[in-house]
Amino acid sequence: MPPPLPPLEHHPFLRGLSPEQVSAIACGIRELSFPAGALLLREGEQADTLYLLRSGRVVLELNVPGRGTTQLETLKAGDILGLSWLFPPYRWSLDARAVEPVDAFALDASCMRGPTPEHPVLEPALAMRLLRHLYDRLERVRLQRLDVYKAGA
Amino acid sequence: MPEVTSSAPEEGRAQLSLEQFAALLAALRGEGWRLVGPTVRDGALVHEDISGAEELPRGWTEVQEAGTYRLARREDGALFGYSVGPKSWKHLLFVPRLRLMSAHREAEGFRVESEPTEPPRLALIGARSCDLHAIAVQDRTFLEGPYKDPDYAARRERLFVVAVNCGQAGGTCFCVSMRTGPRATFGFDIALTEVLEGGHRFLAEAGSERGAALLSRLEARPASEEDIQAADAVVERTAQSMGRTMDTTDIKGLLYRNLEHPRWDDVAQRCLACTNCTLVCPTCFCSTVEDTSDLRGDVAERWRRWDSCFTLDHSYLHGGNVRHTIRGRYRQWLTHKVASWWDQFGTSGCIGCGRCITWCPVGIDITEEVAAIRATDGARSGA
Amino acid sequence: MSPGAPLAAGAAGPMTPEPLRVRSLRRETADTWTVSLDVSRRPGGFPFQPGQFNMLYVFGVGEVAISISGDPGRPAELLHTVRTVGAATHALRGIGRGGTLGVRGPYGRPWPMEEARGQDVVVVAGGLGLAPLRPAILHLLRHRAEYGRVSVLVGARTPEDLPFRRELARWQEDSRLRVLVTVDKASPGWTEHVGVVPALLSDVEVDPARTVALMCGPEVMMRFTVRELERRGVPDARIHLSLERNMKCAVGFCGHCQLVPYFVCKDGPVFPYEKLRPFINLREV
Ligand SMILES: Cc1cc2nc3c(=O)[nH]c(=O)nc-3n(C[C@H](O)[C@H](O)[C@H](O)COP(=O)(O)OP(=O)(O)OC[C@H]3O[C@@H](n4cnc5c(N)ncnc54)[C@H](O)[C@@H]3O)c2cc1C
Ligand code: SF4
Ligand code: SF4
Ligand code: FES
Repeated sequence: MPPPLPPLEHHPFLRGLSPEQVSAIACGIRELSFPAGALLLREGEQADTLYLLRSGRVVLELNVPGRGTTQLETLKAGDILGLSWLFPPYRWSLDARAVEPVDAFALDASCMRGPTPEHPVLEPALAMRLLRHLYDRLERVRLQRLDVYKAGA
Repeated sequence: MPEVTSSAPEEGRAQLSLEQFAALLAALRGEGWRLVGPTVRDGALVHEDISGAEELPRGWTEVQEAGTYRLARREDGALFGYSVGPKSWKHLLFVPRLRLMSAHREAEGFRVESEPTEPPRLALIGARSCDLHAIAVQDRTFLEGPYKDPDYAARRERLFVVAVNCGQAGGTCFCVSMRTGPRATFGFDIALTEVLEGGHRFLAEAGSERGAALLSRLEARPASEEDIQAADAVVERTAQSMGRTMDTTDIKGLLYRNLEHPRWDDVAQRCLACTNCTLVCPTCFCSTVEDTSDLRGDVAERWRRWDSCFTLDHSYLHGGNVRHTIRGRYRQWLTHKVASWWDQFGTSGCIGCGRCITWCPVGIDITEEVAAIRATDGARSGA
Repeated sequence: MSPGAPLAAGAAGPMTPEPLRVRSLRRETADTWTVSLDVSRRPGGFPFQPGQFNMLYVFGVGEVAISISGDPGRPAELLHTVRTVGAATHALRGIGRGGTLGVRGPYGRPWPMEEARGQDVVVVAGGLGLAPLRPAILHLLRHRAEYGRVSVLVGARTPEDLPFRRELARWQEDSRLRVLVTVDKASPGWTEHVGVVPALLSDVEVDPARTVALMCGPEVMMRFTVRELERRGVPDARIHLSLERNMKCAVGFCGHCQLVPYFVCKDGPVFPYEKLRPFINLREV
């Protein structure tokens, strides 16, 4: 028996927030499981979900015509997946494929997205966490694009 | 290095006439030492083989300033009336080009022959206090690390040192502030002070037993109190007349906390990265190793050659050079000389001889660069 | 400082190599080979400590610094893993079985295996940085009971560029190690991580007070990884990096390997980060 998966408020992305903050952010919560090989996101499709990964690994893929598919980055339990719902046109920009069985919370993006009459601004706690997350990703991408292992790099 | 024997002023000190001095050199030759001393060559005073006192640069001196060197006459017929020429003694111990080994192809693989190390027995005539400090500094690199350089060690063992206490300060040297001169305090067999006033003569002091033995064979008159005072006055006058100084207070800390100082950008505008300073510097020890083979590929050789941190290749790594700007290379040089040397060898890498100042084609002055950083300690460049 | 008598440090002089025959060559990747040298004629074989390197001489061509990549517990075997990048390494590759190489060493300060005893060990390797770390990993396996948790994080450009692939796969099956592999780029079918090495750290439990990190790889990769370890609270003194600089002598004579106060050949190549901190982020040191 694998250990039970932690509850929503223990996910690293939300950990430390007050119950009020969590409920302000998270709505339409679904607990989903994906078999290995399943696509969680498909490039071009409607982006309406933030996934909080609870177990397993997901790889971001990009298909380049003539060059086939390239794996760009692996995300794993504790990571978040899918941010294209933040800005128009709200479409996924990549494919995300489960490399092994994946458990995730799916949060309905419509509660987080702003400005809407109900959500005039992005919840500040959420905004800071998204920024932190994006900044970490940016740092990793910077390092990755250096191609440090190339001979003479 | 010959043993230092501390002797009371009277004993071990002798007064030498010019004839006795010439006899000293002749005696050394007689004992099989090859004499190397200052002589005029191509408009400069250099250390070369000499046959005796008559080849010394009698009546010559040097005029040195940043970026300037020329010979001049002096009226008094002094034999050592100059300070330091372009060549230190470095090339005699840490030779500029050295074959380290040869390899010979055989039916199976190859055989390696290391070089026989049988250097000549050299008597250094006229080594200055700064020179002796420089040799001691290089000893730490080649003899006192985890590995010994066998060629250096062999050359080093076969030295007889006749030091000369400086009778005049050079135009660029600053040994007083580096505490490396002008009086020789160690590392010699015999130290001389050339006294011109009241009759041209030498005060000689033995620094080793063989030095003392040699002096006693000359049957020289023991030095009187007046002789010693006259000699002390010569050295004192030299110390007083030294024009340059380097403030070494916390110099390591100064350099380490100013590795991003704008002065590096400034000096990089002037420095040509010509490597002169490292070649004339008596302590710089960088070398490169070259492996070659003959056309048929049967015999290969390994050579060691002087190198300089001012070359781009010095910091080559596959795909690029670590110090790719002159700013980075000048900073390496100066920081190494006066700061990191302390960490590496427990001593300054600069002994204040001033050669790098004289022989810099654009007159960059190490004391001035340090002073400029000190004056604006903590400034940072944007580069 | 180094174990065993360094080769040829006696009468022959520290710059003179000893000829050794190539016993075998094994291809690791498209441009990387593991060379096994015959040390059967040397009494005691070729003892070394994990993290040390040798100078390898190719007749008439040149001499290069190469880490020893074999098992320190088996001095009868002498392995180096070489990436062909330039003149000397191409010539080295060309020598082939039965040919002869000149060897002198072992040189350098090794990984702090003693200090790491009783601690958790995180090994971080980028590209051929795995070569000098392999002896450390083999040492950890041989003395497994003496250490805490052992994690091995390995990065490479693509899956095809991973050295020691089969062995990595075996280590991944070995319950005594936690081995995570990542590549910068992969095609479908690759089921390990994609991304940079520091990102793997989030998968490793790090107890800052009892973790020792050993890392070797491109300097930028190491700088990023150090930052990640610092974020996890690991003190500078517990993070050890192996550096690369130009080396002409490996014995402290030539001056080429200097990094401000250090000679990488004799004070390194392995340094605790606390010693590098004042300098490593500066340019052109
Ligand atoms: C401590 C240490 C351990 C190393 N371990 C390994 C290893 O296990 N496997 C491996 O493949 N490589 C290793 N390297 C790097 C290896 O030394 C260089 O790739 C190699 O010197 C390149 O030589 P080349 O002639 O093929 O390349 P070129 O680029 O043609 O180099 C020409 C010359 O420059 C000098 N040079 C170039 N790169 C370096 C360098 N990095 N360090 C010193 N001198 C250099 C050499 O004298 C070389 O002959 C190590 C380097 C160091 C300092
Ligand atoms: S740095 Fe200049 S002054 Fe100092 S010892 Fe070298 S040459 Fe002489
Ligand atoms: S200053 Fe430069 S050339 Fe001189 S010893 Fe230092 S690194 Fe070598
Ligand atoms: S490699 Fe020559 S001094 Fe370090």
